[in-house]
Amino acid sequence: MYEQLPALMILVPFTAAPVCVVFRHALASWVIALAASLFSLFAAWQVLEHVRTVGIIRYKVGGWAAPSGIEYYIDTLNASVLLLVSGISCIVLVYAYRSVIKQVPLAKHYLFYTAWLMCMSGLLGIVITGDAFNVFVFLEVSSLATYMLISMGSDRRALTASFRYLIMGSVGASFILIGIGFLYAATGTLNMIDISERIPNSESQRAVLVAFSFICIGVMIKAAIFPLHAWLANAYTYAPVAVTAFLAGTATKVSLYVLLRFFFSIFGYEYSFGQLLLNGVLLPAAVAGFILMSLVAVYQTDLRRMLAYSSVAQLGYIVAGISLASQAGLTAGIVHILNHALVKSALFMAVGCIIYQVGHAHRPSFDDLFKRMPFTCIAFIIAGLGLIGVPLTVGFISKFALIEASMDRGWWLIAALILVSSLMAVVYIGRVVEVMLFRQSRTSTPEVSGMSEAPLSMLAPMYLLIVIGLYFGINGDATLSLAGEAAEQLLGGF
Amino acid sequence: MEKIAGLYSYWVVVVLMMAGLYIMIARYNLVKKIIGLGLFQTSIFYLYITMGKVSGGTAPILVHGDVQPVFSNPVPHVLILTAIVVGVATSAVALALIVRIYEEFGSIEADEIAIIEAQEPEA
Amino acid sequence: MKLYPRQRHRVLQVVTKLIIPFVMMFGLYVQFHGDYGPGGGFQAGVIFSTAFILHGLIFGLQRTRAVLSPAILRIMMCAGLLLYCGTGIVTILLGGNLLDYNVLAHDPLHGQHWGIFTVELGVGITVTGVMISLFYNFASRRSD
Repeated sequence: MYEQLPALMILVPFTAAPVCVVFRHALASWVIALAASLFSLFAAWQVLEHVRTVGIIRYKVGGWAAPSGIEYYIDTLNASVLLLVSGISCIVLVYAYRSVIKQVPLAKHYLFYTAWLMCMSGLLGIVITGDAFNVFVFLEVSSLATYMLISMGSDRRALTASFRYLIMGSVGASFILIGIGFLYAATGTLNMIDISERIPNSESQRAVLVAFSFICIGVMIKAAIFPLHAWLANAYTYAPVAVTAFLAGTATKVSLYVLLRFFFSIFGYEYSFGQLLLNGVLLPAAVAGFILMSLVAVYQTDLRRMLAYSSVAQLGYIVAGISLASQAGLTAGIVHILNHALVKSALFMAVGCIIYQVGHAHRPSFDDLFKRMPFTCIAFIIAGLGLIGVPLTVGFISKFALIEASMDRGWWLIAALILVSSLMAVVYIGRVVEVMLFRQSRTSTPEVSGMSEAPLSMLAPMYLLIVIGLYFGINGDATLSLAGEAAEQLLGGF
Repeated sequence: MEKIAGLYSYWVVVVLMMAGLYIMIARYNLVKKIIGLGLFQTSIFYLYITMGKVSGGTAPILVHGDVQPVFSNPVPHVLILTAIVVGVATSAVALALIVRIYEEFGSIEADEIAIIEAQEPEA
Repeated sequence: MKLYPRQRHRVLQVVTKLIIPFVMMFGLYVQFHGDYGPGGGFQAGVIFSTAFILHGLIFGLQRTRAVLSPAILRIMMCAGLLLYCGTGIVTILLGGNLLDYNVLAHDPLHGQHWGIFTVELGVGITVTGVMISLFYNFASRRSD
């Protein structure tokens, strides 16, 4: 049974989704969704242990051997992203229960959790599979569920946000599909390992080049890398806040994983960065992303929109790390994938708590927030410090690694720009903190001065994420060694 | 000349794909955007099927006897069957969203909806 | 029903009644002959659901709903998916990999046969349910 865990990790949430529809009961669906997520988390943990102690897992679906059949290929990078996705899903699901009651009509709850399970199994499937076409299928499974989840937001603008994401996302996925088609035409196989072996000897190098370009653009759309991020802000702002917390920690990170897998494992480091100078595309996009988007975030008054733009900026750091294309740079990028997921999910959960009690997330109209919701505010401040990159938080670990990596390559300007962007993060987080701590009540009615904190079921998962974040901030070696291992495997190809 | 006539199938793909992309970008009507998306996806299906064609090949079904005929490659067909289903699901979700948008905003023109949205207060 | 009074469209109604059994029969043929010749769950599901959609177009949604209620459709959608996933779980329980049909019977050839049969049946049931409920949901929007 143990060697079946890679398959069960996908199968269990996927089976749980129709079971939710059969029950059609809000609480029952939540319990089922949480149980399935916990199982996936357990499976992912076991798989990661196995990969780190024994070695790479290659699971044959249907018992068919790799080139003709589909296989699941799991190395350190996969396994850690699997753990991240299932972990965030578990934690946010606990949080979601109360939050969703307030934001989604009761009759739709079972559909909400069904879509959640579909989304999660799709994301896990993208990460686990070793077959290029399977990536596309799972990508669409998760995307369709995501469109549904976003459209359930209580504001009617959620509908248009979801529609815009649908158009952009479908175009992105279609580009990936075209790219995979050209790869198949050039190499005659869909298995990732096979493709990577056959690309150097392929007769039609032009088809490989076309495939490379299409996949590059497609993945950049799905990952919301700077010039192609237009769908993200509205989608994150108007979706139910639990969905935003989940997506911010998982969806874009999984797309970045796809980017890593294609450019390093399949096309190979030499081809992508040596021959085609991919860093000439990625690095300007990354730098422009983290500078401009941090600047845009400073001027936002809605907390969710501010954090959404900050997400695009943080993705810029990750891409900058990737485009350094060195062992140190990749390690920094991968660490930041994990660390940013923790921090950003926690921040969105804090904003969700504020929305739960105050009813909006409009910064200028907060009153006496710290007096009313001290625990939420403390959580927001700690997670915000993590976003800025203060020592002892996770943000520091990854930003320090990133700056070190860019200095290694002698790119002082990049290092300086990262610091400038971090200062902007100080400004936009600081403006919120200032309102939280020092804004006096303008209404001066005594009855609002009492504490009205968010329920424990929302605070507990949020603090769990923050404690995990602090742990990895103090004990940075744990994640750094994991990411270093993953980077080594990536640079070595399959 | 051979590049134009011999690869006419791929030219059809290019024309369809660009037409779809243009409709998606240039039209404000949401339903037309979905039509453009459908055209775009169809061109990809066509691309895959074209790739799988072996000249003189027939459908890949085993026949009795010793001599097997030349088969076209069945793998792109299988892949595209999946992609078609995905395309149908995407259109269905998109149309359902459009119905809901029409009920909420009273319009399915992207520019009109943008004006309505701009007047709403920040969330 | 104002849209299709019973007095009108007599020809269409009669022809539809004649065609529907054959459409369904063809759908079942494509479904169950799919292991030997061209066919399979996706195509069969769509063909089978066209019979109901045609009925809905000609006789009105209410009469089709009386035959096949949305509740049944919901069960069909779930049942098909669960049949598929269930096959995967059974193959794992029998000691094979996910969807390794060889373990389903003593003879691997029979196992493959059974496996493809159940999986395609699951796909067919789900596709039928989804197609008809798509039609119901879009068509019923105006009258609600």
